[in-house]
Amino acid sequence: MTLSIRRFAYHAFVIAFGVLMIYPILWTISSSLKPENEIFTHAGSLLPSTFEWLNYVQGWAGFGGTNFGVFFSNSAIITVIVVIGTLLSSSLVAYGFARLQFWTRSFLFTCLMITMMLPSQVTLVPQYILFHNLGWVNTFLPLTVPHFIGGSPFFIFLLIQFFRGIPRELDEAAFIDGCNAYSIFGRVILPLAKPALVTVAIFCFLWTWDDFLGPLIYLNNPKLFTVSLGLRMFSDPNSFSHWGYMFAMSILSLLPEFIVFLVFQRNIVEGIATTGLKG
Amino acid sequence: MNQKVLSKVSNPINRSRSSIHLKKKAVRELIGISFISPWLLGFLCFTIGPMIASIYLSFTNYDMLSSPNWVGFKNYVHMFTSDSRFVTSLEVTFLFVIVSVPLKLIFALLIAMLFNANRRGVGIYRTIYYIPSIIGGSVAVSVMWKQLFGLHGAVNSGLALLGISGVDWVTNPSSALWTLIVLVIWQFGSPMLIFMAGLKQIPNELYEAAAVDGARPIAKFFKITLPMLTPVIFFNLVMQMIGGFMSFTQSFLITGGGPLDRTLFYALYLYQNAFTNFQMGYASAMAWILLLIVALFTAIIFKSSSSWVYYESEGGR
Repeated sequence: MTLSIRRFAYHAFVIAFGVLMIYPILWTISSSLKPENEIFTHAGSLLPSTFEWLNYVQGWAGFGGTNFGVFFSNSAIITVIVVIGTLLSSSLVAYGFARLQFWTRSFLFTCLMITMMLPSQVTLVPQYILFHNLGWVNTFLPLTVPHFIGGSPFFIFLLIQFFRGIPRELDEAAFIDGCNAYSIFGRVILPLAKPALVTVAIFCFLWTWDDFLGPLIYLNNPKLFTVSLGLRMFSDPNSFSHWGYMFAMSILSLLPEFIVFLVFQRNIVEGIATTGLKG
Repeated sequence: MNQKVLSKVSNPINRSRSSIHLKKKAVRELIGISFISPWLLGFLCFTIGPMIASIYLSFTNYDMLSSPNWVGFKNYVHMFTSDSRFVTSLEVTFLFVIVSVPLKLIFALLIAMLFNANRRGVGIYRTIYYIPSIIGGSVAVSVMWKQLFGLHGAVNSGLALLGISGVDWVTNPSSALWTLIVLVIWQFGSPMLIFMAGLKQIPNELYEAAAVDGARPIAKFFKITLPMLTPVIFFNLVMQMIGGFMSFTQSFLITGGGPLDRTLFYALYLYQNAFTNFQMGYASAMAWILLLIVALFTAIIFKSSSSWVYYESEGGR
C-alpha cells in the first residue's frame, strides 16, 4: 500500500517536472501554429483555436528574397563537410596518439589536453585577422577547413580513449599478416571503432548545426547565412515581420536535431557518460 | 692480432645493423608524425600561431585598417583603471558563473539520483529531461526564451493564475540576468548523464553495509554517495566553469547585454570591442585576461582537489 503510494508519488513528480522542463518547447510548437493575434493574448494555453499551418509556409518564404531553403541548404552543406573533416582528421590523429611511438608524443599529448580547455576567445581575433587576410571572409572556408586539420581536440580525445580499449593483439596479428600502420588503421581499427565514430559524428553534427558565433563573424552575405543567422535576422526588431512565422521557423530549425537525438539517443547518452568520466 | 681481425670483421656488420636500426626508428617516427600531422598543422596554424599574434596584438592599437602600432601596457592599464564597462562585464560574468554553475550541478545531481532508482520509465524520463540540453545553444531557444519571459509571455500568464502580475523579465534590470541563469540551469542534461554514470559505479555493498549499521538516507548520501562522486563533481565543475566564463550566445541574442549592461557578459563585451568597434588590440588584451582568469580558477580547483576529491586507487586520498 505505502509502496504503491510512493511509486505513484515518484512518477507523478517526475512527470510533472518533466512537463515543466519541456513546456517552453511545447509552448513554441503551439505558438507556431496559433493565429497571430492569439500568441500573446492566450500565452498560457497550449492549444491553438485553429491550426495556422500558413505560418510555416509564410515563414519559409523568408524575407528580402532569401528563403529558408537557402539557409537550410547552407547549414546542411557546412555541417556535412565539417562532419566528414572531423571524422577523417580526428580518427587519424587519435590513432597516432593511441598506438604509435614517436618522439615528443607525450609532450604533444599534453598540448592536446591543454587546447581542450583553452577558451576559444583567445584565438578568435587573430584567427579572424588571418582569414580576413586570406580573403576567406564570406566563404564557408573558415567554418570548415580548420576541421580537416584536427579542429576539435575533444573528438580526438574521445577517439583516443576508445582506441586504447581495442586489444593490441589485433594490431599485432595484422602486423604479422603483413599489414603496416596505415592498413592496420584502415582495416582493423576503423571498422572496430564504428560506435565511437558514430558518437563523434552525432556531436559534431549537433554542435555545427547550432553554431552561432562562427557564422556570425565570418558570413555577412544573406545568401550564405546558416539557419541560425537566418533566424536571428528574423527575430531582429528592425526587420521584424510576424511572430508566428518566427516560431514556425524556430521549430523547423530544431527538427534535424530532434530527429538525430531520437534516432541516436543511445550513442549520445553513452558518449557523454564515458568521455565525461574518463576526462 | 686475432682480435683486431675480428673487430675489423665485426665492425661493418655492427655499423650496418645500427644503421638499419636507426632507419627503422626514423621510419617509425615518420609514420607516427604522419598520423598526427593534421592536428599538428592545425595546432601550429590555428592555435599556437594565433596565440603568439594575440599576445603581440594585445600590446598594440589595431583597427584592421592601418597597421598595428605598439602601445605597451596601455590596453591592460586602461582596462582596469578607466573602462567601467570592462569592470561591469567582469562582475556580471563572475556573478553568473558563481550562481549558475553550483545550481546547475545541484540540479543535475538531484535529478540523477532520482533516475538512479531501478524503476520503469526511467529511460523515457531521462530522454525528456535531456531534450533542453540538446537544443540549448541554438538561436531558436534564445528567441523562444525572450518571448517566454516577455511581458505577455507564458511565464507571466502562469503567474497571473496565481494572482501575481509579472514584469518584462528580460528588460527589467534586476531580473534580466536571472532569466539567463534559469536558461543555463535548464540545460543540466550533460552533467546529469555524467552523474548518472558515476552513481552506477558506486558499489552496492557500501550501501548494504551502511544499512546494516542502521544509517539513515541522509547519512548515506553524505557519507557514501557524495564522497564517491567527488571525481565526477570535480570534472563537471571544471567543465561547467570554463563554459560559464565563455557564455556568449544567450546574452547576445536575448538581452544584447542590456538593460544597463546588467547582462554584459565578458565574451559579449570582447565581441563588441573586436567586431563592432574594431579594437582588435584591446579585444586581444581582454582575451588574455580571460585566459588568466580561467587558468586561475582551474588551478584553484585542481589544487584544492587533493583535499576533497576521493580517489579509490590512492587509498582514499
